[in-house]
Order: sequence, then C-alpha cells, then structure tokens
Amino acid sequence: MDRPIRVLVGKPGLDGHDRGAKVIARALRDAGMEVIYTGLRQTPEQIVEAAIQEDVDCIAMSILSGAHNHLFPRVMELLKEEKIDDILVIGGGVVPDDDIQPLKDAGIAEIFTPGTPTTTFINYIKENIIR
Amino acid sequence: MDLAKKLLKGDKRTLARLITLIENDDPHAIEVLKAIYNHTGKAHVIGITGPPGAGKSTLTDKLAKELNKRGKKIAIIAVDPTSPFTGGAILGDRVRMADLTNNPDVFIRSMGSRGTLGGLAKNTLGVIKAFDAYGMDYIFVETVGVGQSEVDIVKAVDTTILVMVPGLGDDIQAIKAGIMEIGDIFVVNKADLEGAHRTMMELETMLDFRQDEGWKPPVLEAIGRDNIGIGQICDNIEKHMDFLVKSDKLGYARRENVKKEIIEIAKGSMEVHIFNNNNKDNQLEILAERVANKEQDPYTASDEILKSFINRGIKND
Amino acid sequence: MFDKGKLNQLQSQKDTWEEGKLKKVLEKRPERKKEFTTGSNKEVGRLYTPLDVADLDYERDLGFPGEYPYTRGVQPTMYRGRLWTMRQYAGFSTAEESNERYKYLLEQGTTGLSVAFDLPTQIGYDSDYPISEGEVGKVGVAIDSLEDMEILFKDIPLDKVSTSMTINAPAAVLLAMYIAVAEKQGVSADKLKGTIQNDILKEYIARGTYIFPVQPSMRLITNIFEYCHKEVPKWNTISISGYHIREAGSTAAQEIAFTLADGIAYVQAAIDAGLDVDDFAPRLSFFFNSHNDLLEEVAKFRAARRLWARIMKERFGAKKEKSLMLRFHTQTGGSTLTAQQPENNVVRVAIQTLAAVLGGTQSLHTNSRDEALALPSEDSVRIALRTQQIVAYESGVTETIDPLAGSYYVESLTNKLEEDALEYINKIDSLGGAPKAIEKGYIQKEIQDSAYTYQKQIENEERIVVGMNKFMIEEPKPTGLLKVDPAVGKLQKEKLAKLKETRDNQLVNKNLEELSKAAEGEANLMPYIKEAVKAYATLGEICDVLREVFGEYQQNIIL
Ligand SMILES: Nc1nc2c(ncn2[C@@H]2O[C@H](COP(=O)(O)OP(=O)(O)OP(=O)(O)O)[C@@H](O)[C@H]2O)c(=O)[nH]1
Ligand SMILES: [Mg+2]
Repeated sequence: MDRPIRVLVGKPGLDGHDRGAKVIARALRDAGMEVIYTGLRQTPEQIVEAAIQEDVDCIAMSILSGAHNHLFPRVMELLKEEKIDDILVIGGGVVPDDDIQPLKDAGIAEIFTPGTPTTTFINYIKENIIR
Repeated sequence: MDLAKKLLKGDKRTLARLITLIENDDPHAIEVLKAIYNHTGKAHVIGITGPPGAGKSTLTDKLAKELNKRGKKIAIIAVDPTSPFTGGAILGDRVRMADLTNNPDVFIRSMGSRGTLGGLAKNTLGVIKAFDAYGMDYIFVETVGVGQSEVDIVKAVDTTILVMVPGLGDDIQAIKAGIMEIGDIFVVNKADLEGAHRTMMELETMLDFRQDEGWKPPVLEAIGRDNIGIGQICDNIEKHMDFLVKSDKLGYARRENVKKEIIEIAKGSMEVHIFNNNNKDNQLEILAERVANKEQDPYTASDEILKSFINRGIKND
Repeated sequence: MFDKGKLNQLQSQKDTWEEGKLKKVLEKRPERKKEFTTGSNKEVGRLYTPLDVADLDYERDLGFPGEYPYTRGVQPTMYRGRLWTMRQYAGFSTAEESNERYKYLLEQGTTGLSVAFDLPTQIGYDSDYPISEGEVGKVGVAIDSLEDMEILFKDIPLDKVSTSMTINAPAAVLLAMYIAVAEKQGVSADKLKGTIQNDILKEYIARGTYIFPVQPSMRLITNIFEYCHKEVPKWNTISISGYHIREAGSTAAQEIAFTLADGIAYVQAAIDAGLDVDDFAPRLSFFFNSHNDLLEEVAKFRAARRLWARIMKERFGAKKEKSLMLRFHTQTGGSTLTAQQPENNVVRVAIQTLAAVLGGTQSLHTNSRDEALALPSEDSVRIALRTQQIVAYESGVTETIDPLAGSYYVESLTNKLEEDALEYINKIDSLGGAPKAIEKGYIQKEIQDSAYTYQKQIENEERIVVGMNKFMIEEPKPTGLLKVDPAVGKLQKEKLAKLKETRDNQLVNKNLEELSKAAEGEANLMPYIKEAVKAYATLGEICDVLREVFGEYQQNIIL
C-alpha cells in the first residue's frame, strides 16, 4: 500500500543539541515521510508511549551526551514489555565503536554516527521497516 | 471482526492501528467503522482552530489537563499540513503536550493533512468515531485555521473554539467571514501581550452582528502558557454542550453534519471508483485526451463517466 | 581612504584586465566552479582591490588598537604584550577526577581553568533524580552541593587561577558555590577572577540546557550583574555565546548577529532593572566559534568587535572605554571535526586557531582531534594545547597587531559581515528584541535553515569535507577512547545520601524557604542563594524551589 512511513524523531535524555535531530526530521519529511517530532528531554517512557499512540513504523533517537548505554536499551526494554516487535528502532549520535554491538544486541537495529548522510538514513528506514 | 471487539474492550494499540488504517483509506477500516458505529455519539467533539502559532496546542494541553482533573478521558487529534510536494509532514504538536503522553486517560494522535482521496475531513471523521467508540469523553481536533478543508472539519464538530492572539488586526478582518459562522467559543490567547483587550472588544463588536441562534459566543481571555483562563474555557465547553442538548440543536447539527458526511463519503467513493476504472480500461485518460483536443467538452465527459459508473455498479473490488 | 581619481583609473585598468588577459584565460580554461563561496555560503569575488573598500575610512572604521571602534583589537599591544589565555575546557565524572585533570593541565602550562559540568548539573537536577539516570558525570563533572565544589578546587589557589564555568540556567548557584569555596580557602570574593557563561538566551536558541522561562531567567542574570558589581568586581558576569549558535548550524553572519542581539537584550534588561550601563558593561564578555574558512572567520571577529562598540556607544550611550570593548573567548568548531580520519582534525584545529588569533581573541580552547568520537584522551588534549603553543611561539602571527588589516578582501568581508549582522539585528528589533524573536521561533528557524542547506551541500558534494565526502579510506575502528566509568552515578548518589544525613537540615529548610519568599518578591536572589549553598542545600533543591516559583520554559519548535 502506498502510504507515508511514520517516524518518531525524539531526543531522549537531557542533552539539548538538536541540530542533528532537526536536520533528520526535515530530510525525512522531504523524503515523503510523516515525522512525529517530540522535542527535547524525553524519557524513554514518553518515547515508547508516543510511538504507540502514533503507531509509527520507526523510532529514531539521537543522543550526543554519552547516555546512550542507558537510554537506548531502556527504550527497547519498554517496547518489549509492551510486546511490540514491529517498530524499527534506530539511534544516532556520538557512540563509540565498542558500544555499538551491545546496543545492537539490546535490539537497536542500527546506530548512525556523525557524518552519516541523511540519504543513508532515509534508505535504511525505507528498506528495513517491518510492516 | 477482531479489531472492533478489541477496540470496544479498550485496547489502546488496536485504537492506534485502526487510526492508521483509517488514515490510509484501508478498506478494512470501513468494515471496522461500520461495526462500531452504534457505539459512537457519546463523546463531545471540540474543534480548536486559529492562526499558526496562536497557542492552539498549548491550550489543548492545558484544557485536557483540566478536563482530566474533572474526571474525563480525552483524545487529541492534532492535524498539521502535509507538504504538497513530497507528501511528507513534520507533526510537531506533541512537543507542547509532552507531559500528557504518559497520562493513561489521554491519547494524542498527530495527523498529516495528506492530500488523499476524499480529503482530510473524511478521515478525521473516521478517527473521531474510533475515539468515540473507544470511550473518550472529549475529542479535541486541532487544525491550523487557514484552508477550506480545516473549516470543513470544524463544521463537523460539536463545539468550535477559535483561538486568536492580540494584535491580529488585519487578519481578523480577513477571517471575519469564516469566524462569523464557525466559532462557538472565542479565546484571545497570549493575553500577556499588549492589545488583548482591544482584540477582545473587536471580536465582541463583530459578534454583535451575528445572527442570534440562542447561543452568544463568549469571548474569553487566556494565557495558555501560564495555565491562566483555562477553567473558564472548560466551563464554557460544558455550557455549550448543555445548550446544544437543551435547545435540541445537538441532534439537528449532528444530522446536518451526517448529511454532509454521507455526501463526502459518496464523493470519495466515486473518486476512488473513477480512478480504479481508469486503471482498468484507461477511461479517464481517454476522455481527458479528447477534452484536451477539444473533441469533447468536460461536461459531457463527466456525464459519460457517471453513466458508465452507474452501469458498472459500485461493487468493491 | 583612497584618492577618487586613482580609483577611477584603477577601475578602467581592471576593466581592461577583465576584457583582455582574464577573458582569454577563462575561454581556454574556465574556473573550477561556477560560483565561489565562503564557508558560510557568501559569494566570494575573484579579486579584491581598493575598489571594493572604496568607502573605508581608516579612522572611522578601523582606528588604532585599544581605541574605538576596536576593529584592530581591544588592547594597544595585543599579543606583543601578552599572549591569549590558553584555556582548555575539561571536566568529567566526579569532582575528584576533574580535580586531578585540572592539576595536570596547570602543570602543562594552561593558564586558566575551564569547568565542564554534566547535564543534570546544567539543568539543576541532582545526581539522584530519576531523570538524571545515565547522564551523571557524562559530559562534565557532577556537582550536587558545595561539598563537590570543595573537592573540585582542592589545592588549587583560587586567588591565582582564573576559572571559567560553562554554566547557564543555574549559574547563580554555581557562582555562589565558587565564592563559598574561595572564602573557605581564605580568598575574598573581590580577588576572584573568572567567567560564568550565564547566557540563557542562546540556551533557548541552540543549546537546550534551560530551566526557567525568559522573564525570571533575565532577572537572575541581572541579579548576578548587580551582585558582582559590588562583591566580585573582577568576575566576568556573562559570556554571551555565539559558539553554540554556530554549532547548531548558523552562518558566520548569523553567529555574530544573534549573539549581539542577545547581548543587546541583556544590556537592556540590566538598564531596565535600574543599573548604570557603565557599571556592568565592562564585565560582559563574549564567546565565539572558529571555523575553517580562515579569512571569513578573521573578518567575523573584527566585524563583531566593531559592531558591538558602535551599538554600545550609539544605542546605549556607554561612556567607559571598557564598556565598548568586545572581549571574547574562542573555541574551535566542534562540528567541523570528522569522525573519519580523526588525525586530520589536528590540521583543522590549527587553521581555526590561526583564525582566532588573527582575529584577536582573548582566550582560546582548541578541540581535541577525537572529539567527534568520544571524550578526549589526555594525549589528544595535549596535542590540542600544543597547537596553540605552536601558533603562539612559532608562526610569527603574534608579532604584530591585526596583521590582516588592509587586505582588500578581509576589509571588504569585514564590512559585509557587519552589514549582514546589522540587518538581522534590525529584523530582531522589529520583532521586539531577541527574547521575543526566540519565543516566536524566528532565530531558531533561521539557524535550522542554514544547517539544512549546509547538510544538503555536503550530500551533493557541493561542499567538500576531506575524509568524509571525498578522499575517504577504509579505516580501522578507533581505539583507546576514554569512557566514563558508569559507577559515577552510584558514587554521587552515595555521597548525596551521606550529605543529607550529616548536614543541618533545619538550616537548609530555613534558607530554602527564605529563598522561595525572596523569589516571589523583587529582591536580588544572590545573597539568598549563597546562604542556601553554604548550608549545603543541593543544587537540585535550590533549583526546585525556583522552579516552583518561576515555572519552567517550554521550547518552541518551528521546523
Ligand atoms: N506569550 C505567550 N506565549 C504563548 C502563550 N501560549 C502559547 N504561547 C507560545 O506560543 C508559541 C506557539 O504555541 P503553540 O501552542 O505551539 O501554538 P499552535 O497554535 O499550536 O501552533 P501551530 O500548531 O504551529 O499552528 C509557543 O512558543 C508557546 O509557548 C501565551 O499565553 N502567552
Ligand atoms: Mg499546534
């Protein structure tokens, strides 16, 4: 079915650098997606609940503060509690290489580090959404 | 009819998924809406509209909190424009409502206005039904008050709140015509800014010219950001519903709305069928070619389409 | 500055050159690109001559170093007198570890400390708040109470170093703690030297660590101006920051425009609060970014200095020389660094260092090459510092003042940047000033548009970033990156629990109540905050009291 892909773009945690999140939001819109932008300082609980209500295909989160090891897995945990397995979850930000595999093991589908072109991001979402 | 049953039982994720189906014009959605239709009609549907940045989301957030305190369950449909070029949209109203997100009595859904067949109004009406059957007491529909389709939605609700800000001046003149008809409650938000009283006076003067239908739209002052004036608005929302019920206008208005809805749905289905037929035998393309070459006029072409439409019947395929 | 007749002659010579020699070459070999632009997307001409700066008036537009309009620098001798302060921003995890790092940096020759706080501290939450989970000690040091501050500056003589603190929304609290630590060391407040960032407007615009709404935030800031004028006269009460505006994606012109517009708002607020402009303006300082377009950046710094001097004199009628001078700290551009081939970042930082120094900065932080990957390691912090030292001692650019002045290109660019910035400032004035323009989302939107344009240019390869979209290589994964020990959070929590048992809780409550009452009224809050701090009330407790009275800021997003 020809329908817009819905993506939640949010910033979990306290970090206020939203340049990347905003650029991504605009790029996704320009690629024909519906972007639910939830803004700064979101708790994992807020992100997961918003994702449910908005019935999104993808959750895209950005963290630049280094709190990814706590916040990303927490989102996955909450999704699991809600028995949700049809939302693609991806992350972006300053994530050291050593941290990437453990995050993937926790269920984050992909981590995009700084310098990733928005087209890579867009294509990844298009190719990997689950429904 | 699994989805309908689950929805009526109050399953949140079914609600979310059903809204997606409605938004996507999925035929399945129609089946569910048919099945739940009998369970609708209990919610009080409120349209919130006004110019961009007037504070509609901020007010909706505060109103929802206040009504929730009064023991009610609230749905919020926040509509933002879809880009006509890419079909994408940035839906940002949730930012203003972040701390409603984890309130179990509140459900917020952002919608792009999408340029789909049948229009935004049709889909929004479907979504309202889903929320209604789900058991929400209040359903807010936030739209930016500029285009015609938004006015259409507002006509489909029970109570319309028009949000203004001080110092609009010329804008008020420009939307005057629309205002006269659609507003049931007027809110001058951002009353902390200069000129609030003047704007209120201007509105009241304009409203004096409005035909008396038994309800004199109040003009209220608010500072949404600071949660000031919210109780008053809620009181007036309740009062307006009382008025609608007592004056028997509710039944009348809803019947009128249903009329429009039936026409909208019929129009939508026709459009779909015209496109579907075209996909099968290229009828539309062929006619268009002829009209463009001045071999035929568009009126006759349209008659021809309608004729074949009636001959083929309206089976869903 | 030039003779009219000579200029006319020059114009015709230039025409001849363009029609003759140049044209022939262009026909044979066109230039590399159709359009040449600066790093900020400003058109760049092929050649600059006196014709491009025909209206320049030396006395009016440039002047002499240390004299109005300060285009050439704020001191008469500049780096011939004293080099800039090499100030490396550092601080992570616990106060104990940061204290070690500061001592290391002082030994290595840094001349000023710069404290980075973690996000909970910057937003006024204690380490034991649920929302702080995962963030404690991550981007800087966690400070929950005066106790942590005492550890942070242990054995560092506060009358000898100058300390810069990157703290904004709760700046009053951290400043109060610093004064309290100094007093315990026997150093009185009037001897303290340093800076608090204290620039809330750019937090709303670009950096996001805001707490309170605009009005009460502006009050806290003017409270600090007033308090420091009396008690801490050598303290820089604010560092009006373009750095983060640039990091958020603005152009060079936007960076100075929005920063100075914020500056105007602070000055106006202080004047409205009844302060005399010449009482507080000498303590205002600025903080800018330095990017890769060397000459545009130099022009930017010069334009900012000139524009601010003119604003202070003409708009606010400031009289003291110090009130007119734009003194600034610079940090090299974090967003210009690449995660790919991180060694290349050393070169970028060197160019940016040159730009800052040629632009006349008063102090400088150079980024570490691995900043785009993780927290900088000790090695890379040292290289970053050495970069400054090489420019200072080997490059020769420090030996004369403002060496690029008089370059046709640089002067013309300086004019252009000032014009562009002024246009923005006028627009912001018409919206009712920076706070209103921020509430309307105007400034944020302008920056986002620039950021998006830049991103698209990178992806279309209209703009080249070496190692990122051109000259890429297969790289091994980076190793040896510093990570924060996740146990920090637990440690801080334990410290807090112990503190709450041992301090005089009655005194804490009493002082907090008094602060709350004062916040509801009009008094200067600094003395109340200081009393609360001295009783070991936590940062979170103090900010909660203020949150209760002031409410919280709601971000505005227009995408
Ligand atoms: N001064 C003032 N600002 C307000 C008030 N209420 C809302 N705002 C601000 O106005 C801006 C827009 O508010 P929103 O609630 O997003 O407005 P909106 O009408 O939903 O905007 P769109 O959905 O984009 O059309 C925000 O910055 C709010 O903080 C108020 O009472 N006074
Ligand atoms: Mg809105």
